Amino acid sequence: MVQREALLKDAKPGDRLKIKKDEETYEGVLMPIHRFSGEDIITLKLDNGYNVGIKADKNTEVELIRKSEEEAKRKEKKIDIDESKSTISILGTGGTIASYVEYRTGAVHPAQTADDLLFSNPEIAERCRPKVEVLFSKLSEEMRPEDWVTIADRVIELFQEGSEGVIISHGTDTMGYTAAALSFLLEGLSKPVVLVGSQRSSDRPSSDAHLNLLAAVEMAKSDHPGVYVVMHESMSDKKCAVHKGTKVRKMHTSRRDAFESINDEPVGFVDPETGEVDIEERPKKGEDENIKRKGSMEEKVSLLYANPGLTEEDIKHARSKEGIVIAGTGLGHMPTDLIPALEEIIDEGLPVVMTSQCLYGTVNGHVYSAGRELKEAGVIFAGDMLPETAMVKLMWALTLDEDVEKVMKQNIAGEYTERRIR
Amino acid sequence: MSVQKDYDELGLKVGLEIHQQLDTKKLFCGCPSDMVEEEDRTVLRNLRPTESELGEVDKAALMEAQKGLKFRYQAPEGSSCLVELDEEPPAGPDEEALDLALTMALFMNAEIMDEIHFMRKIVIDGSNTTGFQRTGLIAMNGTLEVNGKEIGIPTMCLEEDAARSIEEKDGEKVFRLDRLGIPLVEIATDPDISSPEEAKEVAQNIGALFRSTKSVKRGIGSIREDLNVSIEEGARVEMKGVQELDMLPEYVEKEVDRQIKLLEIKEILEERNAEIVDKIYDVTEEFEGCESGIIQGSLNKGNGVYAVKLKGFDGQLRGDEGEALLGPELADYAKKTGVAGIFHSDELPKFGITDKEVKVVKKKLEIEEKDAFALVTESEENSRDALRKVIERAEMALKGVPEETRQAQPDGTSSFLRPLSGEARMYPETDIPPKQVERERLKRLDEELPERPEEKIERFQKEYGLNEQQSEQLFKKGYDVLFERLVERYGSPSVITNTFLHTYPDLKKEGYELENINEEDLERMFKRFDAGEFAKEGIPDLLQEVAEGRSVKEALKSAGLETVSEEDIREEVIDLIEDRSDFVEEREMGAVGPLMGVLMKELKGKADGEKISKILREEIQKRI
Ligand SMILES: [Zn+2]
Repeated sequence: MVQREALLKDAKPGDRLKIKKDEETYEGVLMPIHRFSGEDIITLKLDNGYNVGIKADKNTEVELIRKSEEEAKRKEKKIDIDESKSTISILGTGGTIASYVEYRTGAVHPAQTADDLLFSNPEIAERCRPKVEVLFSKLSEEMRPEDWVTIADRVIELFQEGSEGVIISHGTDTMGYTAAALSFLLEGLSKPVVLVGSQRSSDRPSSDAHLNLLAAVEMAKSDHPGVYVVMHESMSDKKCAVHKGTKVRKMHTSRRDAFESINDEPVGFVDPETGEVDIEERPKKGEDENIKRKGSMEEKVSLLYANPGLTEEDIKHARSKEGIVIAGTGLGHMPTDLIPALEEIIDEGLPVVMTSQCLYGTVNGHVYSAGRELKEAGVIFAGDMLPETAMVKLMWALTLDEDVEKVMKQNIAGEYTERRIR
Repeated sequence: MSVQKDYDELGLKVGLEIHQQLDTKKLFCGCPSDMVEEEDRTVLRNLRPTESELGEVDKAALMEAQKGLKFRYQAPEGSSCLVELDEEPPAGPDEEALDLALTMALFMNAEIMDEIHFMRKIVIDGSNTTGFQRTGLIAMNGTLEVNGKEIGIPTMCLEEDAARSIEEKDGEKVFRLDRLGIPLVEIATDPDISSPEEAKEVAQNIGALFRSTKSVKRGIGSIREDLNVSIEEGARVEMKGVQELDMLPEYVEKEVDRQIKLLEIKEILEERNAEIVDKIYDVTEEFEGCESGIIQGSLNKGNGVYAVKLKGFDGQLRGDEGEALLGPELADYAKKTGVAGIFHSDELPKFGITDKEVKVVKKKLEIEEKDAFALVTESEENSRDALRKVIERAEMALKGVPEETRQAQPDGTSSFLRPLSGEARMYPETDIPPKQVERERLKRLDEELPERPEEKIERFQKEYGLNEQQSEQLFKKGYDVLFERLVERYGSPSVITNTFLHTYPDLKKEGYELENINEEDLERMFKRFDAGEFAKEGIPDLLQEVAEGRSVKEALKSAGLETVSEEDIREEVIDLIEDRSDFVEEREMGAVGPLMGVLMKELKGKADGEKISKILREEIQKRI
């Protein structure tokens, strides 16, 4: 142990080293310690481009050849902006929609500035007058409900400043949650808000980021008001599907076409190559810029996953919250012996909303007795609303000065579909 | 001019890069490494060059991207999954494949890395769905002894094979994903090889080492060689995709010829003070009413005709005897922009372009005696792109041989593929954690190390009674493993040796496709042979039939080799003796020899010579 640290002393990643071990000599640039490397492994980038791991032991000698060179500055590249085109705001929140690789160290840098983003996607400037800003740089899984509110406020300002559409680049894991949140928070929206991300990070030649981004630009330029997620329609780099913010869900861990509209069809499709936006006419909510934020987000809502091993303990844990959403089994059920505990909580004033972990189809509290019991206990049955959307909506409803049950049952942002054909 | 060249004098340096497919599961997913016929579902993709730290894309990468191609991937479900489709992160690496790579490193006494880091090597020609090839450096500084000469093995890598190119149509390049991800061991040699023949010997040796592990793929395309060739005044040229080992010397020779020719041209151009005129002329008007079908067709599509002047290049594009000089080199570069080709002054008038047009072009371009020109007919934009490439390549001609990557063609020549991509753009494959190579693993592999080639060659002589040359030939030609398996099951080592070392080359010479004879065919054939169903003399005829696509059973029938029973032979013998009774009476046992000749002809291959002889003797004995 600590052979490596002793040998490397004050050598820093980027320094050129010569390592002698037994009969062999290796020369190259010192790489940062890899998180999954073995004990005492020194990683060197050889001149042939390969990284190799050399185990430091008592027969190993390290010689510093040259200290790290200053990192090469990226070339300035001017992107011509056509002032006559419609202004589309691109709001960065994180994810890997734009990044570049520093081959010297192998580090992948996310786009930190507007220039970074335009630099790797110069075609955007051919299609609109982009206004790019980075709001924050968070991984999808770091996103909190309060961030949704921050995003909503900034979106409102951008529209007030004259944007024709707003694109939000977002990590994909929780993009559906943010889309649902914005759908409820933004009131009086008369223009498109488009969330976009990538399933293959943009440092790869095969990234889906570029195509998704171009499709998002086209969607943002259209005059369809609402909050949407725009991502690959299939595994091909061809069309992107436009999903309604309240009906969209990430349904695959890794595929490009992971996002699907559940209990609903996609709103439409965009061909990023031709710029064609194929969408059925959607109602405009108003011509004026009377967009404002309605409500906020109450973080204290829990999402319970019903299952045969669920105990009273689990229910009681949720007591400290302000509301509960249950992803029930089947038509919206849970173990019946837990219903009394649930009833107690409801009586204390906590709203409890029932959705289905089947995702497809609607809950129904009348078909079986378990459902009837739950209904009698005061559980709010949320139709075909997605469990995650129901959770976000409940967080929002709790901040309104209105009857929560009434709000939950009202179709506000297309979270309920009247008829299902699949 | 097939004068024996003095390769030492020319300063020939050849290095090899050998890629061998392993017969394991795929390297980074659980898919079987089988090639299939199905196209199955297809997916359409684009690849974009990523930017480096300087905001510039790799020169070679950019050139591919310029072609604006789309890639269609056929993804057969039996031999590809979401990993090959770039829809799921890779797993692995496959432990068995890693064992094999490490075994090769042990064979070559190479220094094995303590920890292997897989990298992403940028490749955006579509052959990888990801836009990069995953590759890991396994070992360095090995050596290989070939004919008493030590050849350096600087690097050994374990990497994934690329997707299989199927066709190019409607602006789409079509690939099949069955091959993508098959493990490859890449072995690079130092440029220590100094003659064309030696290149083959080294490749044969490495191939033999691979086969001794018994877990490598066999057959066409399973081992591929890249070559690095340079001569003293020339330049390093990388040649990709040599599939036939026997042709290695020819590729080296032809590349040396090419470099010599380019150097001669360089001298001529220097003498003439040739120079590059960076100007593209629109000569569309000059071609109005031109009778050339190609030109007319193009003009009708609304295209134009464009030209560049090549000052001092006259006679250097194509030789007096029609031999190709710089012309194809310029055309290769132009074609990379998507045009079908170029016309140049050394080949005109031709293709319906008359002297009249040549004259007006010459006038417009102010062509003097020693000047040449090149034409392209396409849309203005495409033509200009193509001619810029022509100018670029012509400029290189002034300096001699450009460093480039070339594609090996089946006829032994090569064509320009792309500029030599400098240092490979590589960055870590973050989806695969570094792989530690434990000492225990190396110890185990060392103990299980397969028999080394030289040991095997010696053993074959002892065990099977072969001579040294036979034993070595079997090995070099790659029949050793199969040979041993067949002998173990069916005996007859000398017959089997003969089949591989004599019958096979004879059949090949006669134009039979040996690829059609698979291992199962040989198994079936020697099984029947072992059972005495036919004689060894029948083997060549039988294999001819099999090479033509028949099964062994059918072949036996159509080669007339169906078994002749002892009774049948006896009948034949008796018939013959009766026929020649005078002769038999006169010569008694002396008749055996001549009659044997007749019988062998009649029963050719249908029965064993010894058996016939025995019966013949018995029957004659009865008569005297
Ligand atoms: Zn697979």
